[in-house]
Amino acid sequence: MTAFILRRLGTLVPMLLAVTLLVFALMSLAPGDFLTPVKAQRDINPALIAELQKSFGLDRPWYEQYLRWLGNIVRLDFGYSWTYKVPVAELIAQRAPATILLSLCSLALAWGLAIPLAVLAAARPGSWIDRLTSSAAYFALAIPEFFLALLAVWFAAQTGWFPIGGLTSLDHDFLPLGARFLDVAWHLILPTLVLGLGGVAGTLRVLRANVLDVLRAEYVTAARAKGLPEKIVLFRHVLRNALNPLLSTVGYAFAGLLSGSLLVENVMNYPGLGRLVYEAFIREDQFVVLGSVMVGCTLLVIGNLISDLALAWSDPRVRYGR
Amino acid sequence: MGADLVQSLLRRPAGLVSAILLLLLYGAALFAPFLAPTVPSAQDLNRTYHPPTALVWQEGRLCVRLYRLVDPSTATYEPLAGQAAHLRWFSEGAAYKLFGIIPAKTHLFTVEPPAVVYLLGSDATGRDVFTRLLYGSGISLGIGLVGVFLTSLLGLTIGGLAGYLGGWADSLAMRFTEFLMAVPGLYLLLALRAALSSRFPSDATFLLIVVILSALGWAGTARVVRGLVLSLRERPFILAANILGQRPTVILFRHLLPNTFSYLVVAATLSVPGYILGEAALSFLGLGIQEPSSSWGLMLGQAQDIKIFMLNFWWLLTPGAAIILTVIAFNLLGDALRDAVDPRFRLPGR
Repeated sequence: MTAFILRRLGTLVPMLLAVTLLVFALMSLAPGDFLTPVKAQRDINPALIAELQKSFGLDRPWYEQYLRWLGNIVRLDFGYSWTYKVPVAELIAQRAPATILLSLCSLALAWGLAIPLAVLAAARPGSWIDRLTSSAAYFALAIPEFFLALLAVWFAAQTGWFPIGGLTSLDHDFLPLGARFLDVAWHLILPTLVLGLGGVAGTLRVLRANVLDVLRAEYVTAARAKGLPEKIVLFRHVLRNALNPLLSTVGYAFAGLLSGSLLVENVMNYPGLGRLVYEAFIREDQFVVLGSVMVGCTLLVIGNLISDLALAWSDPRVRYGR
Repeated sequence: MGADLVQSLLRRPAGLVSAILLLLLYGAALFAPFLAPTVPSAQDLNRTYHPPTALVWQEGRLCVRLYRLVDPSTATYEPLAGQAAHLRWFSEGAAYKLFGIIPAKTHLFTVEPPAVVYLLGSDATGRDVFTRLLYGSGISLGIGLVGVFLTSLLGLTIGGLAGYLGGWADSLAMRFTEFLMAVPGLYLLLALRAALSSRFPSDATFLLIVVILSALGWAGTARVVRGLVLSLRERPFILAANILGQRPTVILFRHLLPNTFSYLVVAATLSVPGYILGEAALSFLGLGIQEPSSSWGLMLGQAQDIKIFMLNFWWLLTPGAAIILTVIAFNLLGDALRDAVDPRFRLPGR
């Protein structure tokens, strides 16, 4: 098992190399750089610009810049943000927890809601609960996340029940510990709902089909024949087998959440990685972009790894490491 | 396949409803300039954030209510009691070019100026949301079709070649698709958009977006086509073609790829929404379609103003409803198509 984990983490290195190289090359191909807005100002001394260019390394060809950056990465130096004038590692360490928190909450919502609903729906196909959840899922999958985020902000503004954006209130730092926790939870409700709804719908559809498939298996008939209550048949025998295919897709669900949170964070003013990377892209703040892309890809690979491990844990037939 | 497929599709309620819906949507996009009461760039700074004008039946004709601006700071309008303007059918209005070539002036309906008809209200500069929605539908819906066509072509060629050739070509193509599918899509989208924007003139943004979305979207199609080709390759009819001494290109393009078409049609229909949503997301972030053109994503992007939420200008969110309607229609059509093509046919991974 350890060998399997190590091998999987080993694939991270070529992937990070490829992604960062691609993103770096694409960004360098784009016209202009971080200093373009500075150059556009008339009252700036050309000597100063040249000096800045030299200190940022922007006077070198792009592949040389990339190699230099790579050399620093090996020494665990992620560079510093030109916009914020702080080390990239510090900036990301500030922002990443918010995005991870949001993604995990959405994932928990998706699974917590979809699993019981899917089992209930599949237990009686064609019943009102089955038809209701199926059509609701169909509808939910058609709503773009950013539109849902807009609707959520509109809802919050109209009712005043929820904060309009952000992760904390203005007076957050002065609150006692318990109140701080509640404050964050209160701010998380709408973004979690927005980001999680698509997940609920997608999980529901896949899981319902899986449960229907498993229900036809002979061991289910056997379990019923030996007189087990239907509840135990459904949740212990059927669900556990139906979950397997879904477990292996958690990693990809994580990829979707990372992309989705970029849009949702921007609309809902949520201080996470998505907003950081978007703003850095717009300002061509190279090292922040590269750092965030690396963190995003790493999270993705780790998500995939965890889902594979969960699969091995839940299904004894799955064996890795050979 | 063609006529039979259409017949069996239209016999299904979901297929019929979605086909009619999509015909209406694309028809509206095609005839947008005629259906819209004005042109999308027509501003009216005295009527910003105008609410949708109510339609009333008066003196035996359909009329629009007239409104008075009560408070400019909160854009509060109040209907003038009993006052209304007739709708003029097939009347002359602002000049436009139908299909981009035929110059015309006739609109389906207009009202006598200075009155205005805002079926879905007006935006921050007093432009008609209904008109912009119609004009924007051409771009939003068009990107779906063109994008899917390009992607299918790319996926079919690459997947077909990879499956047929096997060996290093296969593993190269597959590693590349895995890479594309493993990277968070929006990151690559942003990077590609930044790099390619200088290669396209500003009025070719439409093309730029299609190219970007297709460049990222072909991986899934290619993988499935490869899988299908791999299994088809072992079938007796391919063996027969081999024994008859047909050239590999003929086998690939005449025998293997046509057999993947039924899958491709279904998959293409089901992936149109992805392109519509992708364009909407890009334009929403301000990186897609630019003013003065309009698209659904761009309109939603411009609706991200706290004023709009606080003062409840809900009509500015209608492009979102249009997106949802289109996506549902395409999903329904795709599902019905899948059932029509082969009831036992299951798409992998869905």
